[in-house]
Amino acid sequence: MNTILLYVVLLSSSGSDASLDQRVLELSRQLRCLVCQNESLADSQADLAVDLRREIRGQMIHGKSDDEIKTFLTARYGDFVLYRPPFKPETYVLWFAPALLVCGGFFALMRIIRTQPHSHCRRGL
Amino acid sequence: MKFAVPILIFVTLVIFLGFGLRRDPRLLPSPLIDRPAPAFQLMRLDEPNRPFSPTELRGTVWLLNTWASWCVSCRQEHPLLLALARSGVVPVYGLNYKDKRTDALEWLKSMGNPYILNVQDADGRVGMDYGVYGVPETYLIDKTGVIRFKQIGPLTLESIEKTILPLVRNLNS
Repeated sequence: MNTILLYVVLLSSSGSDASLDQRVLELSRQLRCLVCQNESLADSQADLAVDLRREIRGQMIHGKSDDEIKTFLTARYGDFVLYRPPFKPETYVLWFAPALLVCGGFFALMRIIRTQPHSHCRRGL
Repeated sequence: MKFAVPILIFVTLVIFLGFGLRRDPRLLPSPLIDRPAPAFQLMRLDEPNRPFSPTELRGTVWLLNTWASWCVSCRQEHPLLLALARSGVVPVYGLNYKDKRTDALEWLKSMGNPYILNVQDADGRVGMDYGVYGVPETYLIDKTGVIRFKQIGPLTLESIEKTILPLVRNLNS
């Protein structure tokens, strides 16, 4: 009976550990390593990345939500740690520019098509 | 005339990319500027049983320099720190970041000690609160304990003369 209980305890604790590992991995994939800037916190072997992963893990154990941990990190390292930039006045250009450029390109294309002689249509006729 | 618009777009792009190339991507603006310097209490490097906290420096404009004996660029800025300390314009305190105590003491002995005192941040946890991501980093903290400037990477003669010293004068007046 005791051994069964022990097994249950061991299994459940290792199970929660694995899901914690998974949570750390998932969050740190969304975060940028500040030392090797083209790597995520999950991939980086930099000393700071190791420390930050440990910190994230510790905060998760203490019941912090992913958002709380992100706030903790941006308060210290700035928005740069987030791969996905937040939506706020300073980043409007970043978020809207692609759509504006596509629209602009589309209108430019329409104008060019309209003003150009329909050479291939005529050939087709 | 026909190519005016494409040329304009091209030139704008070149200007933007040109500026982009000149910027150092390693320099990240710190969100801690104009914010209170994070509180801490760490043991001193010289007297490992004696704690130090930045609240003791209320009313003083001071520099907090993060460094380590393993840090190569710290050697580069060290003569400047020594000169700054000798000038007496601003007191320099050190945060010995993720270092071994014996190595740090040895380093200070051989290189010279510009610091009023050093604290040991052996696990780098206080460094994390200060957003340290590459030593050396130097913080200028005002009389009320607010961070006014952060130098990322080694101090240079230019950064000291053009930014730090005028700021110190300003904050002290």
